[in-house]
Amino acid sequence: MADTITMQVARYRPGQEAEPVFQSYDVPLRKEWAVLDGLNHIKDHVDGTLSYRWSCRMGICGSCGMTVNGSPVLSCATFLTDYAPGPVRVEPLRNFPVVRDLVVDIGDFMAKLPSVKPWLIRDDEPPEGEYLQTPDELDDYKKFSMCINCMLCYSACPVYALDPAFVGPAAIALAQRYNLDSRDEGAADRRDVLSSAEGVWACTFVGECSTACPKGVDPAGAIQRYKLTAATHALKDFLLPRGAR
Amino acid sequence: MSTFHNVVVVGGGGAGLRAAIAVAEANPRLTVAVVSKVYPMRSHTVSAEGGAAAVAGPDDSLEEHLYDTISGGDWLVDQDAAEAFVQEAPRELLRLEHWGCPWSRQRDGRIAVRAFGGMKKKRTWFAADKTGFHMLHTLFQTTLSNPDVVRYDEWFVTSLLVDDGQVYGVVAIELATGRVETVIANAVILCTGGCGRVFPFTTNANIKTGDGMALAYRAGAPLKDMEFVQYHPTGLPFTGILITEAARAEGGWLLNKDGYRYLQDYDLGTPTPHPVLRSMELGPRDRLSQAFVHEHDKGRTTDTPYGPIVHLDLRHLGAEVIDAKLPFVRELCSKYENIDPVKELIPVRPVVHYMMGGVHTDIHGATSLTGLYAAGEVACVSINGANRLGSNSLPECLVFGARAGQAAAEFVTSTRTAPGAAVYAQARDAQRLLEREFARHAEGSHIGGRERIADIRTEMQTAMENGAGIYRDGESLAKAADRLRDLRERFGRATVDDRSRTFNTEAVALLELSFMLDVAESIVVSALHRGESRGAHQRTDFPGRDDERFLAHSLVRRTPDGGGLVDYMPVKITQWPPGERVYGR
Amino acid sequence: MTYVKPISTLWWLRRPSYFLFALRELSSVFVAWFVVYLLMLVSAISAGPEAYHRFLDWSTGRVLVLNVVALLFVLLHAVTWFNLAPRAMVVPHVPPVVVLVLHYLLWLGLSAALAWVVLR
Ligand SMILES: Cc1cc2nc3c(=O)[nH]c(=O)nc-3n(C[C@H](O)[C@H](O)[C@H](O)COP(=O)(O)OP(=O)(O)OC[C@H]3O[C@@H](n4cnc5c(N)ncnc54)[C@H](O)[C@@H]3O)c2cc1C
Ligand code: SF4
Ligand code: FES
Repeated sequence: MADTITMQVARYRPGQEAEPVFQSYDVPLRKEWAVLDGLNHIKDHVDGTLSYRWSCRMGICGSCGMTVNGSPVLSCATFLTDYAPGPVRVEPLRNFPVVRDLVVDIGDFMAKLPSVKPWLIRDDEPPEGEYLQTPDELDDYKKFSMCINCMLCYSACPVYALDPAFVGPAAIALAQRYNLDSRDEGAADRRDVLSSAEGVWACTFVGECSTACPKGVDPAGAIQRYKLTAATHALKDFLLPRGAR
Repeated sequence: MSTFHNVVVVGGGGAGLRAAIAVAEANPRLTVAVVSKVYPMRSHTVSAEGGAAAVAGPDDSLEEHLYDTISGGDWLVDQDAAEAFVQEAPRELLRLEHWGCPWSRQRDGRIAVRAFGGMKKKRTWFAADKTGFHMLHTLFQTTLSNPDVVRYDEWFVTSLLVDDGQVYGVVAIELATGRVETVIANAVILCTGGCGRVFPFTTNANIKTGDGMALAYRAGAPLKDMEFVQYHPTGLPFTGILITEAARAEGGWLLNKDGYRYLQDYDLGTPTPHPVLRSMELGPRDRLSQAFVHEHDKGRTTDTPYGPIVHLDLRHLGAEVIDAKLPFVRELCSKYENIDPVKELIPVRPVVHYMMGGVHTDIHGATSLTGLYAAGEVACVSINGANRLGSNSLPECLVFGARAGQAAAEFVTSTRTAPGAAVYAQARDAQRLLEREFARHAEGSHIGGRERIADIRTEMQTAMENGAGIYRDGESLAKAADRLRDLRERFGRATVDDRSRTFNTEAVALLELSFMLDVAESIVVSALHRGESRGAHQRTDFPGRDDERFLAHSLVRRTPDGGGLVDYMPVKITQWPPGERVYGR
Repeated sequence: MTYVKPISTLWWLRRPSYFLFALRELSSVFVAWFVVYLLMLVSAISAGPEAYHRFLDWSTGRVLVLNVVALLFVLLHAVTWFNLAPRAMVVPHVPPVVVLVLHYLLWLGLSAALAWVVLR
C-alpha cells in the first residue's frame, strides 16, 4: 500500500473564485483514516483555510455530507483506503448552493421541514403515564425515525435538482415517521402538503435517495407508501359524499 | 447589528432545547432565542447511546435512585439537587414520550428499562442504542411546532454582555456571513455542553470545546468541581468512539489479554455468567477506568499502535440480542474497526467522556451572575459529584434545562431591568474588538515566529493527558500548569491564514482554542488544590478520600491576570452521610 | 454570495438510475400517443367496417414501429410501478417479495385472459 494518497478538494471562496476550483493535497494513507481524517490533516497541517462541517465523526450528527468521487457520502464514515490508489475527489453536496469550499446552504430544507409538521399531533391531553405502543407498532415507523438530516438523499435526487420546490425525500420520510406512529393523529394536517404536486407526486421513483441514505431510512419507500395513501384518499373524496368520509 | 429577545439560550442540545420550550411554556408573551454554533440536531446530545435514567417500575423507588446517584458521586453530590433530579426525571422522560420519542417498549406497550453501571435497579429508559439521537430529534421537531422559539443556527457566541454583575445578552458571529451580531436579552441560559476536546482521546464531538464554561468564567462566574473528568472505560482505539455501557448492561464482559475478567481483582465483585447490578462490569465508570490502569501496570493489557487495550466480549449475547438492543454498536464496530461483535472481541480503552464540573449553579440553574443561567453538561448543579453515573446526564439536561428555563422566565417576567447604555456601548464595540483580534492573528507575530493553531491544541491535549489523566499527582499537575502557561503565551502568536468572512472555520478554531486553554487551566488548578482522591479525581500522592478537608466543592474564579483562584463551598447533605462506596459486595 | 452549480446537459448519463428517470420522463410523450391511438381506433370502429380496415392498413410500417416503441416505454413504466408496489403497499407479516410476485402473477393472468378473448 502506498503511504500517501492525493485528495482533490473543491475550493470556493466567494470574492476570490468565481466558481469552484480543485486543489490537490497529498495526505497519509492509513487504514483507519476516513475521508474526514484526510481533510482534518489538511486543515491542521497543510492549509488552514479549507472549510467544511463536521462534529461527531461517528456518523450520527449528519454534518459531514460531501460528494466523494461523484457519490454523496458521510465523509466520517467513508474510508480513504476504499479509494486507493486515488486520487479522491471531494466536492460539496450537489443540488445545494455552495457557501464556501465544502459547506453548502441547507436553508431550503430547514424551511421546508416545518411545513410537513414533523411532530406528534394530538387533540386530547396526554395521559398520566405513557401512550402505550407495542414493539410491533414501533416497528411500523422506526425506520423512518432514523433520519439524521444529512441531506445525502437531496443531493442524489434528480427531481430535486430540476424542481427545487419538491418537498424532498427526508422531509416526506419524516412526515411518514409521524403518520405511521400509532400515537399520532395528525395525518390529515399533513395531507395537503404531502399530496400536492410538490409533494409525493413530484417523485418518479428514481430510488437514488434510498441508495444514498447512510441510515437505511428508505425515503423512496416512504414516498411510494404515501402515494398509495394519497390516491386512496383522493378516491374516497371523489366517491363518497362529504359526511361519509 | 443587534436584536432583542427576552431570553437567549446558548446551545441547541438536549438542555438548550428543553430550556427554550420551558421559557415559551412559562410565559407565552416572552420571546426566546436559541443561538447555536451548529444546527440544533447536530449537537452532541445526538451521540448519546445508552439511555436516560428515571424511576419507572413498581420495584424501584426514588430513594434508591437517589442513593445510587449520591454514592456513585462519592458523596460530592448536593443531595437537595439530586432529590429534585430523581423526582422530576420520570416526568421529564414521560413528556418526551408524549412528544413522540420512540422509546423501546415492553411487549405490552409500556416503556422498557435496562440496567446501567452503578444503578441498583433497572431504570434506564432507552431507544435502542440511539437514545440521545432520538431524544434530540424529538426535542428539535417539537420546537419546530413552536413559533415562539426563534433560532439562530450556526451563530458562534464569542462573549457575554455584562454590566455591573448582570448579564444582558451575547455577542456572536454569524458563520455564513462572518458578521458580528449582538443579541440583547434580559436573561441568558448557557447550554453549551462539555469540554472533552481539551483532552487528546475523547468520545466527545469536535464542537465540545467548553465554550460556555469559558464564557461564564471570563464574565466572572465561578466554575465548580472542574477537577472531576470522567473517563469511560470502553472507547474504540484511534477514533475514541464510545461503545455504550449498555453493551455491558446487556451482559458484555471485559477481558484482559489472557481472556480473564479482571474486574474481579479490584473489589468489584465476583464474575457471574449473567450481569448483576452494581457489580463487575456494571460497576461505576471511575472504578472501571482505574482498574484498566492497574491491569496495564501489571502488563496484562494488549499493545496496539493506538495505545494499550483490553477486550469487550459480546459474543455470548448472540446476534439476536445484539441486533435488537445494540444495533448501533454493531454498526460502529463494523464501520470503524472492521469487526463483527457477534463473532469477535471489541478492542477498548478508557476515554475522556464527560465533565462533572462546570459553571456553578443553584438548583434552579441560576449562576452567581444575575441574569445568567446554565444547564446541561456545561453546568454543575452538583448531582454528579465526583463521578457521574451513566444515563444520569440526559435526564439532567431535561430536568435542569426545564428548571433553568422556568427560572429565567420568572426572573424576566418579574424584574425587567432594561439594559443600560453600557451594554449598547459594549455591543457597538464588539465588532471592532473582534476584528482587531483577528487582524492581529492574521498578521502573525514578528517576534518568535508563527504558531499553528493545531500544534498548540495538540500540545495542550497532551499536557492534559499526561498531567491530569486518570491518575495524577502534584508534580504532574504542576508540570501541566507550566505547559499551559507556556502555551497561552504561544497562543498570542497563533496565526490565522484564512482572511475570508464566509464560514471561516479557522477563526472558529482559534476562538475555541482560547476557550479550551481557559478550561484546561481551571481543571489543572482545581486538581492541584484538591489533596485527596475521590471518584474520578485520583491523586497518587493523596490516595485516600479526605472528608475532613475536602467534603466540599471547589470553586475556581478567574483573576484579572488570567490565573485561577480556588476556594471551597460545603456539600449539601440532607439524608445520606458520607459512607463507603461498595460495589459487588 | 453562494455558488449554484449549473446542471450539466448530460447529467442524466451519470448514473443508470438517472438515465431511466430521463427515459420515464420522455415516455410521457409515447403514453400520450398511445392514448391518441386508442381514441382513433375507437372512432374508426364506430365509423364502420370500412373505416376500421382503413385504420388497420394505416397502422403498419412507421406507425407500427412507433407503437412498438411506445409499448416498450409503457412496459418500462409498468415494470417500474410494479417493482415499487411492495414499498408502497406494506402488508404486515407478508414479505415484500410476495406482494411483488402477486402483482406480476395478476398482470400475467389478466394479459392471458385478454389474449384469449382477442385471439380466440
Ligand atoms: C458518546 C457519548 C455518549 C453518551 N451517552 C450518554 C447516555 O447514554 N446517557 C446519558 O445520560 N448521557 C450520555 N452522554 C452524555 C450526554 O450525552 C451529554 O452530557 C449531554 O448530551 C449534553 O447535552 P447538552 O445539551 O448539555 O450539550 P450538547 O448536546 O453538547 O449541546 C451543546 C450546544 O451548545 C452549542 N454551543 C456550544 N458552544 C457554543 C458557542 N460558542 N456558541 C453557540 N453555540 C454553542 C452547540 O452548538 C450545541 O448546540 C454521552 C456522551 C457522549 C459523548
Ligand atoms: S433520509 Fe437518509 S439520506 Fe436523507 S437526510 Fe435522512 S438520513 Fe440522510
Ligand atoms: S461528523 Fe457527524 S456524521 Fe460525520
